[in-house]
Amino acid sequence: MIDRAAAVVCLEQTRFRWPGQSNDLIDIDELTLQAGEHLFVRGASGSGKTTLLNLLAGVHTPTAGVVRLLGTDLAELSASRRDQFRADHIGVIFQQFNLLPYLSTVENVTLACAFSARKRERAAESTEVKTAARNLLSALNLPDSSYDAPVNELSVGQQQRVAVARALIGGPEIIIADEPTSALDTENRDRFLELLFREAEARSCTLVFVSHDPQLAGRFTRSIELRTADDMPGDAADDAVGASP
Amino acid sequence: MNLLRIAIKSAKFRRTSLILTIFTIAISVALLLGVDKIRKESRSSLLNTVSQTDLIVGARSSPTNLLLYSVFRIGNATNNVSWETYEHFAEMEEVAWTVPISLGDSHRGFRVMGTTTDYFDFYRYGNRKPLVVDDGQRFDGVFETVLGADVANELDYSIGDEIIISHGLVSADFAGHDDKPFTVVGVLAKTGTPVDRTVHVSLAGIEAIHVDWQDGGRSSVTLDAEQALQLDLTPTAITAFLVGLENRAETFQVQRAINDYPDEPMSAILPGATLAEFWRTISTIEQILFVISGFVLVVGLLGMLTTILSTLNERRREIAVLRSIGARATHVVSLILLETLLVVVAGCVAGVGLVYGLLVLARPMVARRTGIDLAITWLDSTQLTIMFGVILSAVVVSLVPGVIAYRRSIQDGLALKV
Ligand SMILES: Nc1ncnc2c1ncn2[C@@H]1O[C@H](COP(=O)(O)OP(=O)(O)O)[C@@H](O)[C@H]1O
Ligand SMILES: [Mg+2]
Repeated sequence: MIDRAAAVVCLEQTRFRWPGQSNDLIDIDELTLQAGEHLFVRGASGSGKTTLLNLLAGVHTPTAGVVRLLGTDLAELSASRRDQFRADHIGVIFQQFNLLPYLSTVENVTLACAFSARKRERAAESTEVKTAARNLLSALNLPDSSYDAPVNELSVGQQQRVAVARALIGGPEIIIADEPTSALDTENRDRFLELLFREAEARSCTLVFVSHDPQLAGRFTRSIELRTADDMPGDAADDAVGASP
Repeated sequence: MNLLRIAIKSAKFRRTSLILTIFTIAISVALLLGVDKIRKESRSSLLNTVSQTDLIVGARSSPTNLLLYSVFRIGNATNNVSWETYEHFAEMEEVAWTVPISLGDSHRGFRVMGTTTDYFDFYRYGNRKPLVVDDGQRFDGVFETVLGADVANELDYSIGDEIIISHGLVSADFAGHDDKPFTVVGVLAKTGTPVDRTVHVSLAGIEAIHVDWQDGGRSSVTLDAEQALQLDLTPTAITAFLVGLENRAETFQVQRAINDYPDEPMSAILPGATLAEFWRTISTIEQILFVISGFVLVVGLLGMLTTILSTLNERRREIAVLRSIGARATHVVSLILLETLLVVVAGCVAGVGLVYGLLVLARPMVARRTGIDLAITWLDSTQLTIMFGVILSAVVVSLVPGVIAYRRSIQDGLALKV
């Protein structure tokens, strides 16, 4: 049933271990995500969640196996082409400190276009890049007054939403988020997720969302769990646990 | 938003630590440029002390010694040149003009030089500049004197004042020629050369004050000024003389004739060549200054390196964010490099500003005190080379933090170790 050719994300026999490690930190036999799918990656601290995102982002290359995004095998690209691929097709949200303190809110959003002509063009299809950024910020419920203000005047919740705007601008096919809600309280977390889902769905973005918080799994169409070698000798990754209602 | 704008904004954000670095760079650049400027100005002022004079002739001595006492009034001649010998060479057909000079007396710390009015006609300094009598006129009578600008200025003399000339170079009262005062009849314009610090009198004047002196002591028979004037005041000897030739091509020929003169051991020097040689011996001081400035620059660059290395930690997040939006590792290196360039270019600009600012401020003072008119010119090729060298070494230095940041960004990936 799986249409691999049309898959946005496709991992096959993907293994990764850090130099000096005796076991594979990442060991995923098969993982395929179609456009618009939202994947929740759960795992304890140190289970390799961030490492997996780095593999998806093309920052690291797997020790073995394939990471294919939008039909491109990342291992076949040079390091700088992988960086370019990330600039063009991926939006990244971190746990915290997503924003550059010396840029205004709008500049932090348009920053995503700095290294990507593709994002720049797509963001400016119907309007200016700046206006596109403002529209996104407004869709993410950020007050007008904050757009040109220094970002450290924003609350943590607002900062995370600015990070979402930056990840979304220019319409990348894939959004990866590394524990973006772990610094937020429950109320802010729920609001954040709601807005993230809404905007990602509106653009049929494929979302890979990492968290150690199992409570969130229910909101995603799919979820997997990463396990450390200590938890379970042998297979380190429990593949694709369907969690859709 | 390109990398340069990001670098500028980021640097502005961390300006406090960077401004200090810019300041140290500015000081090193200012020092380097300043030393270079001083070196050039002092060199040109030294080389311009005397011009258009083809030979300087004195009793046999080292060229530097002859140059020092005849032009700079430093040190003493070991021997005199007899008047006959002087006349012999003055009458050579290759010789266009001569100016005899007679040294050995002083007035309150300033050297007294006996000469003829030809001195005012033929002596040239700088770019063929003649001496100008600013105030009054040239000496005419035996007991008349024309003062250099500094002498008149520092001792507050003006036309009509009477001065006493001391015998020898110590200004002690007992050695004064106090019975034969000289009247100030002229003051020369500032030249920036030792002429400014010289008291000029006629050769006859020198002769007149010495008529009743013998072997450095006062003879038992004293003569007053009136009586001295009655005597034949043609000198028996002079200290040295300046020579201008009809044809410069004959310089070496005449020099050889003088050096080989059988009746009296003589030395003739080419002022330009001797000045240049003299400059080489004293320019080591400037070279040492230059080396010290170089060390200051090294310290400045090390300071910059330390600052940039210490910012790497706080910039780790910034770099991870940039990597996440697709910045390549080479962009990371460029970012560090650009920051260094910003700092060092700002430092250079500030340093140049500092030098020119000081130059403009110091110019009137320097002109007043030394007569040297500091030329405010655009940076010359040496100075541009210095700046280029500073920028280049800064870029080389910045490769260290650049490579560290590069390695880290590869290792960190998108992981933000909070
Ligand atoms: N740059 C690295 N070099 C070596 N080991 C690393 C590096 N980054 C992470 N690791 C190791 O990989 C394991 C998983 O790390 P990480 O992917 O950050 O886990 P998580 O994000 O799930 O907390 C950790 O045990 C850590 O020690
Ligand atoms: Mg992590």
